[in-house]
Amino acid sequence: MTKISLTVNGKSVSAEVEPRTLLVQFLREKLLLTGTHVGCDTSQCGACVVHVDGSAVKSCTMLAVQADGARVTTIEGIAQGGVLHPMQEAFREHHGLQCGFCTPGMIMSALDMVNRLGPILDESAIRENLDGNLCRCTGYHNIVKAIAAGAAAMGANPTRAAAE
Amino acid sequence: MYAFDYQRPSFSQDAVSMMRSLEEPKLLAGGQTLLPTLKQRLAQPGTLVDLSRIPDLSGISVAGDVLRIGAMTRHAEVATSDLVHAHSPALAELAGMIGDPAVRNRGTIGGSLANNDPSADYPAAALALGATLVTDRRRLAASDFFRGLFETALEEDELILAVEFPKSGPAAYRKFRNPASRYAMAGVFVVRGADGVRVAVTGVGQEGVFRWKEAEAALTARFAPDALEGIALDPHTAMSDLHGDGAYRAQLTKVMARRAVEAIGG
Repeated sequence: MTKISLTVNGKSVSAEVEPRTLLVQFLREKLLLTGTHVGCDTSQCGACVVHVDGSAVKSCTMLAVQADGARVTTIEGIAQGGVLHPMQEAFREHHGLQCGFCTPGMIMSALDMVNRLGPILDESAIRENLDGNLCRCTGYHNIVKAIAAGAAAMGANPTRAAAE
Repeated sequence: MYAFDYQRPSFSQDAVSMMRSLEEPKLLAGGQTLLPTLKQRLAQPGTLVDLSRIPDLSGISVAGDVLRIGAMTRHAEVATSDLVHAHSPALAELAGMIGDPAVRNRGTIGGSLANNDPSADYPAAALALGATLVTDRRRLAASDFFRGLFETALEEDELILAVEFPKSGPAAYRKFRNPASRYAMAGVFVVRGADGVRVAVTGVGQEGVFRWKEAEAALTARFAPDALEGIALDPHTAMSDLHGDGAYRAQLTKVMARRAVEAIGG
């Protein structure tokens, strides 16, 4: 067992883990943060995307021990005081989901996109940057709309954008 | 995954010592290939030696005409680096075409080169640009480094510290991606150098990355997309698998080479 200490959604966490524990297993099974999903378990679908030190990663393709000392943000960490993050609100408003399984990863990838590219995102940039997130229901149309709207809302309200 | 032990050295020399002293050690770079391999139980290392906290292994710098990229530098950093864009824009473009954004935030140039997957992108750039791999004990030219499928000149306990790229003429990389894995079905890196054209191909060769000498000769004689019209890659030298047969990959190679030449402006 290896001892790790990290910050998850702003809270300090310490635990003993087996080195082979994946970050997503640690989040879901140890911390019971089950908003992060495992879809394919082969680094393709993006349902497990979380932020590690501010960058999107596939938490099924990272060991928990590799996150020792890191700052991790999951889908549970972005709403504030019971108010949805603008990106979450945009997914609700634009019906950017059907079954919802891919949604946590979609939203975490969308936030990473805004962090990298800024709040003004055109359709082709969004589609290109959603490369690593699969949705089996929607055909992506409303997801793309939701991300454009959520990004614009973050640009209009920078304090919420920085909530992460 | 089978169970393994985990070490995280702070210095590259410690990593090398661990590779010598531990039972069945395996270096862990970005993990974007190794961890999926472990999940499928295709490997069973005794200890993973995580290189991520060795400061000297990360970073990008330019000295004279040489661009130096630390082995643990992530694809996302290479893709967005001003230094790389100024020195070798095609290399930055290639890095931005690897995997997807989340994979690029973890995967590293050293890990990709050491793994030498026959469909990986970086080997094509290293071979076409004439890169030098700097290890803990020697300097290896890219032309001596790649030895076949997942095979390199690295010794068991040898560690890549950095990759050095000389300044090149205009260059471009074009690839046809497998839509599921995003690996290259055919990826072609073309460099128009002062001493001739170099064409390196990934995703196609049965022995991994290779230089397509016929295309180089044709393009050196006349640098234009239609200079490739009369030549063809032998389909029997191309990989054949469920994603595409040798003839398909040979044709794709020619198309990607032509697009790279068009991008350079032939």
